[in-house]
Amino acid sequence: MLTAEDKKLIQQIWGKLGGAEEDIGAEALWRMFHSYPPTKTYFPHFDLSQGSDQIRGHGKKVVAALGTAIKNMDNLSQALSELSNLHAYNLRVDPPHFSLQFLSQCLQVVLATRLGKEYTPEVHSAVDKFMSAVAAVLAEKYR
Amino acid sequence: MVHWSAEEKQLIAGLWGRLRVEECGAEALARLLIVYPWTQRFFSDFGNLSSPTAIIGNPKVRAHGKKVLTSFGEAIKNLDSIKGTYSKLSELHCDKLHVDPENFRLLGDILVIVLAAHFGKDFTPACQFAWQKLVGVVAHALAHKYH
Repeated sequence: MLTAEDKKLIQQIWGKLGGAEEDIGAEALWRMFHSYPPTKTYFPHFDLSQGSDQIRGHGKKVVAALGTAIKNMDNLSQALSELSNLHAYNLRVDPPHFSLQFLSQCLQVVLATRLGKEYTPEVHSAVDKFMSAVAAVLAEKYR
Repeated sequence: MVHWSAEEKQLIAGLWGRLRVEECGAEALARLLIVYPWTQRFFSDFGNLSSPTAIIGNPKVRAHGKKVLTSFGEAIKNLDSIKGTYSKLSELHCDKLHVDPENFRLLGDILVIVLAAHFGKDFTPACQFAWQKLVGVVAHALAHKYH
């Protein structure tokens, strides 16, 4: 699925984020909750107001996990194994939502707003494929 | 009928007024063909689609992208009757073009990303919400006459 070129582009793009990971994670989540209200049903225990500590904290976690995935693109299954268990057995997010389609869309919107022209079609394609690969691994143990 | 708040209408119209339809339309369609290559199946007579560079430079892709986004303009002028606006196009996409409606959702999401890249910070979460809603409504209208 992910070519060598895709992996290179993803690593380059991640490198350009320069420490803004927490902001990016928080903004992606906020956009997701705002554009796709049903996603909020998985966070009834959160303060979902804009800028809440919980959204910031969770955004940071999500982006850190993606960072780990990027460092281990040749072995996503193993690198994300714990998260895969968590999502299958504890969190049990509904699989279509769990194709991460909404989170992927919102993360890409955040990247695009920050990178503008640098979010080229090739980068767009690589990131979209990467998020699909991550989603597939996280859904591996559902049944 | 879909309800649009005054704010949503304003966010949609405001961005539309600043958009270069030909450029954004071409870019959105090109990205569809690049990011989701299976969509090329509908454009076998478009000539060279062999690489991202070829797709981006392809004059038929550019022209068709412009056509598609121009038709969005019609939806924006008629937010209260989008189904009516797209009735004939829906029949066309079903009966003649045989396009799986899932592709409308893909193109809609890509358009949102193109807008984000063009407008940067101005493409606020509220803006994204209004436009995701619009692309969803357009996709639904285009699928409405399928049988």
